[in-house]
This record gives sequence, C-alpha cells and structure tokens, in this order.
Amino acid sequence: MKSLEELKALRDKMRSQTDNRAVAGSDETVIKVGMATCGIAAGARPVLTALLDEAEKRQLHNVSISQTGCIGLCRLEPIVEVFKGGQKYTYVLMTPDKAKKVMAEHVVNGNPVKEYLIGEN
Amino acid sequence: MRELALNVLDIAENSLAAGAKNIEILLWADFGEDKMRIDIKDDGCGMDEETVKKVTDPFTTSRKTRSVGMGLPLFRYSAESTGGRFEIRSEKGKGTEVFAEYRIGHIDRMPLGDFGGVVLQLITMNPQVDFLVTVECSDQKGALDTREIKEILGEIPLDTPEVRAFLKDYIRENLVSIYGGRL
Repeated sequence: MKSLEELKALRDKMRSQTDNRAVAGSDETVIKVGMATCGIAAGARPVLTALLDEAEKRQLHNVSISQTGCIGLCRLEPIVEVFKGGQKYTYVLMTPDKAKKVMAEHVVNGNPVKEYLIGEN
Repeated sequence: MRELALNVLDIAENSLAAGAKNIEILLWADFGEDKMRIDIKDDGCGMDEETVKKVTDPFTTSRKTRSVGMGLPLFRYSAESTGGRFEIRSEKGKGTEVFAEYRIGHIDRMPLGDFGGVVLQLITMNPQVDFLVTVECSDQKGALDTREIKEILGEIPLDTPEVRAFLKDYIRENLVSIYGGRL
C-alpha cells in the first residue's frame, strides 16, 4: 500500500535530479479544458485525463494544462483551447482519442488538427 | 451526468469559483442501512438566504453567459430520485455545505463512477487550494489531506507528473479500496 513514507522518498529522489524541464523549449503551450456543468456532462473529464496522461507519457514539460469554467458554447462541449505561438485554437466536440491526436500533431509537431477546430463544425 | 463522481466534481468547481481555500469532501456508505452520503463543504464566499432558497432552481445561476444553471438541480435530483435527500447550507462570507443522501440499492441511483479520478483531478489542477477527502464505509476509513502532502513535498509542486502518478496510486489504494467497486 502506498504510504506517505514513499512520498518522502520520491521527494528526495526528485530533489537530487537535475532539472531539465525548462530546457526543452522556451515557448510554452497552454491548454485549457472547459470544466463547468456543461463540459463535465459532455465528457470533459476523460478528455482532460487523456491530455494529462499524454503529456506525462511524452514527458512534455513545456505544456501547461489547466481547466476553466464555461466557455459559453455548451452545445460544442467538450471544448479544448490551445494557446500556441501567439494564436488561440479552439477544438470542439472533443473525445479522449481526438485529444491524443491534438497532443501528437499540434502540440508536439506544430500542425493544428483542422478537422476538429471550431470553424469546421 | 451519468456518474455521481461527476456531480462531486461539478459541486467542488462551484466551491473553487466561490474562492474557497479549503474544501472537504466526505463519501460515507453503510450497506447494512442501504445508505450512502456525499458531503462537500467549503470556506468560499457563501450565499445570502435569498440565494440559497432558489439555488436549486435551474433558472438561477451566477454566470453571465446565459440564465440556466444545472449543477445543483442535477445533484439534488440524483439524490431525491432514489428516495434520499438533499440539503444545502450557506452563510455569506463563511462558506457553503452541500449534502446528498442516497439509497444505495435504489434502481435510479447512478453509479458512483470514477471518484478517485475526480479527486486526483481536483487536487492536482488546484494546487493553491487545500482538500481533505475522507471515505468511510463499514468501519473502514481512509483520508487524504493535501496539507500533509504539501508539507512533505515542500517546493515540489503537486502537479508534477511524478507526483501525480504517486497520488493516482495513493488515492486508489487508500480511498477507492475502502468501498472498492461496490458503489
């Protein structure tokens, strides 16, 4: 069973590691997921979990993922906003699979996934 | 909403929007009594008496984008449709407590769903807020206090991937295992 003792060990291990987080790239990508009643009911939680898991798997340290309130387009939830290179991209009607694709193609490789963007729906 | 855990997330989001610094979530179940309770208490800005009275009306909301607010009405309905009950207490400037009780065996009781995932999301996405999550079920009790965790971690943030992975397991083994798939 996981105990807080293990957390202490993890902390000591992390402190001893050199931090190579900021080296990966200077410009940060910000991702926001709408997490109001409308988003939650439409399935925003699994989408957020998929984004976080993908960031963890790919060791993306220059990506900040957070949640926000109602974006105002409840009909198109779950909505994911990606702020990258000074631009805002609004992905709508998201699913965990679509979220993984956005992480791979847009956040990592820099090519927005056009068919999921709001203008295409 | 198809899972009670999503209602917990939704209500806790209200607490966060109310500027809460401390949020307490209690999940209590007694299979002998066929009862289950969810209690969410915060120290946010609270509401005045007028607002509390009409807050479970779906046409009451604090947001500006439209005049419909479904969070509390859905939570209330989830409990009352199982022959359970719902209560909300709030005091302006002090905080709010939302309480729901369910009959576990009632056919209309929604499954609890991914409660552990919701707890993980709440504590890692809101590191500036302290959470105390307690699960009590037939003499067994488990708790997670983010103050304890932050004290151990020191300067290392709660949302670091390695810490998140630890917390995921910690929640599964210390909270979810208490009711283990029975809710």
